[in-house]
Amino acid sequence: MRTTMKGPGFAGIAMILAVLALPGAAMAQNLTGAGATFQYPLQSKWSSEYGKAHPEVRVNYQSIGSGGGIRQITARTVQFGATDGPMTDAQLVEAKDPILHVPVTLGAVAVAVNLPEVTRTLDLTGPVVADIFLGKITNWSDRAIAATNPGVVLPDRAIAVAHRSDGSGTTFIFVDYLAKVSTEWKDKVGVATSVNWPVGLGAKGNEGVAGTIKQTPGAIGYVELTYALQNGIPTARIKNPAGEFVAPSVDAVTKAAAGAAANLPDDLRVSITNAPGAGAYPISGFSWVLVYRAQQECDVASALLKYLWWGVHEGQAFSAPLHYAPLPAGVVSRCEAKLKSVTCNGAPVL
Amino acid sequence: MNARPSSSRVDTAFQASLVLAGLGVATVLAGVAWEVLSLSGEALSKGGIGFLTGTTWDPVAEEFGALPALYGTLVTSAVALLIAVPLGIGSAVFLSEMATSRVATVVGVLVDLLAAIPSVIYGLWGLFVLAPLLREHVQPAVQAAFGSLPIFAGPPLGVGYGTAGLLLAIMVIPVITSVSREVLRAVPDTQREAAYALGATPFEVIKGTVFPFARSGLVGAVVLGLGRALGETMAVTMVIGNRYDISASLFAPGYTLAAVIANEFAEAFSPRYLSALAGLAVVLLGTTLILNAGARLLVRRVKGAA
Repeated sequence: MRTTMKGPGFAGIAMILAVLALPGAAMAQNLTGAGATFQYPLQSKWSSEYGKAHPEVRVNYQSIGSGGGIRQITARTVQFGATDGPMTDAQLVEAKDPILHVPVTLGAVAVAVNLPEVTRTLDLTGPVVADIFLGKITNWSDRAIAATNPGVVLPDRAIAVAHRSDGSGTTFIFVDYLAKVSTEWKDKVGVATSVNWPVGLGAKGNEGVAGTIKQTPGAIGYVELTYALQNGIPTARIKNPAGEFVAPSVDAVTKAAAGAAANLPDDLRVSITNAPGAGAYPISGFSWVLVYRAQQECDVASALLKYLWWGVHEGQAFSAPLHYAPLPAGVVSRCEAKLKSVTCNGAPVL
Repeated sequence: MNARPSSSRVDTAFQASLVLAGLGVATVLAGVAWEVLSLSGEALSKGGIGFLTGTTWDPVAEEFGALPALYGTLVTSAVALLIAVPLGIGSAVFLSEMATSRVATVVGVLVDLLAAIPSVIYGLWGLFVLAPLLREHVQPAVQAAFGSLPIFAGPPLGVGYGTAGLLLAIMVIPVITSVSREVLRAVPDTQREAAYALGATPFEVIKGTVFPFARSGLVGAVVLGLGRALGETMAVTMVIGNRYDISASLFAPGYTLAAVIANEFAEAFSPRYLSALAGLAVVLLGTTLILNAGARLLVRRVKGAA
């Protein structure tokens, strides 16, 4: 009995060793990325689609949040990080070696409202939204709201503000917009993935905020555009710098990015909220991948750069079905230049 | 005699493994405490006592104070225990002293099932069932009756300290009930029989002989329940409103230590911010230790007096 048991055991070990050795022989490459939860559905789609064409590359994306992504790339525990808010100058200094920001998709934030008495879509200006979130406008019948909604009978109802309680790129884009349209917001509250909210209830995740809005008559809050579209949440139209009230949509977000593309700074760390241009939705922003400019392992670097190159080109086709806004052409060419500037031991990787 | 050396060797190995297990638990606790303390060093050394008494939590300006979260943790746990202790111990007395064995078995299994429900399920139920119920029916009624009291002031939101405390009570009851039930069952029947033989009524038996015998075990059950209430995160964050504020009203939204950590850890973007979150963990750890030690002292006092 003993000897017969031993036989298969040895064979099994040999097989396992063979299997372990095989991928090495085929030069399989594991790429690990970590960061923004916002990118996760897109990254996981990319990973499976890219894997079909390039079975030798396996991409593992961990959606641990933008802050976590920045910490991981700084600690060099992943090949690429991902974030919805660009790294600050202090964070870049801490990382020591230069890190590139490569936009891979666009996010937007919808302002959702629960007013059972009103069936029409509300039109809101940026300063009014800021004053609501500052606690200065506290009732739906306020004149400032009525001014942009002629013909709508606004109820005498207290406004209940809902915001994210967890740190989030969605919050970053939203408060970045508020800071641009309201100096009071900029001075009193500021911009970050979580802030000291002047008023309102905090809820965890998009689903938590949506749940709070849905349940509370008179509520206003913000959710990620993708989430609002997939769940059919009623949203307000927001006034853009061109003077139009624009409903949140994938198309309007890409227009905002195209409007901002002309003035992109060299490092692509840019906020595109309140972007100029006709039809542009004002509360939107890039989501970036973070990579070191000087790579050390050339095999890994080559696989990584090819994956990202594919992502900003072929990968953009997977955006729309997932309700992400594809990058406009003007931004893609800037991404190309960024990716081409990556080197390994002094030589360009791509 | 021949077997002796081998059996003593087994004994030695057994003892050594027990010591290892005991040390292992202590090491894990010490490791956690050390890690959290060293991570929080920056926030605690810069903020000092101000970190404990500060009421602002502003990640942008990097100004961090723990008091509102500590207050929320203590208030929600106190509300939870106020509701859960009488109900939990009451149901345990019912199960061990009054119910027929069939009823006791069925109810006992149900109580244990209640303890096995994941906290996120409690949280979702709290958010989608309990909160609307409180907002539309209970809170307006309470305000109509006692609206002038500051602890029931403010608009009925459905979420807040009171809702979180109530939800925690529901989560803590099964813990208190099942531990108390076992404690009460351990009271020797001879005690009860002796009391009955002296002509005591069931109430007198429970009050006069069962409770004094089980007292320290019952306090232990309450301490276990308190531990769950202090540390509960998911369910609380879903119904407390997550507002970094101190309010006297049970209807007002607030925050707890564990909820802040869970909400903000993943996106903590600066070392100072991360350190402040670790500081909250230190405060939570300290609170738990102090309350546990306090409960133990209380038991000793009570024992000494009895």
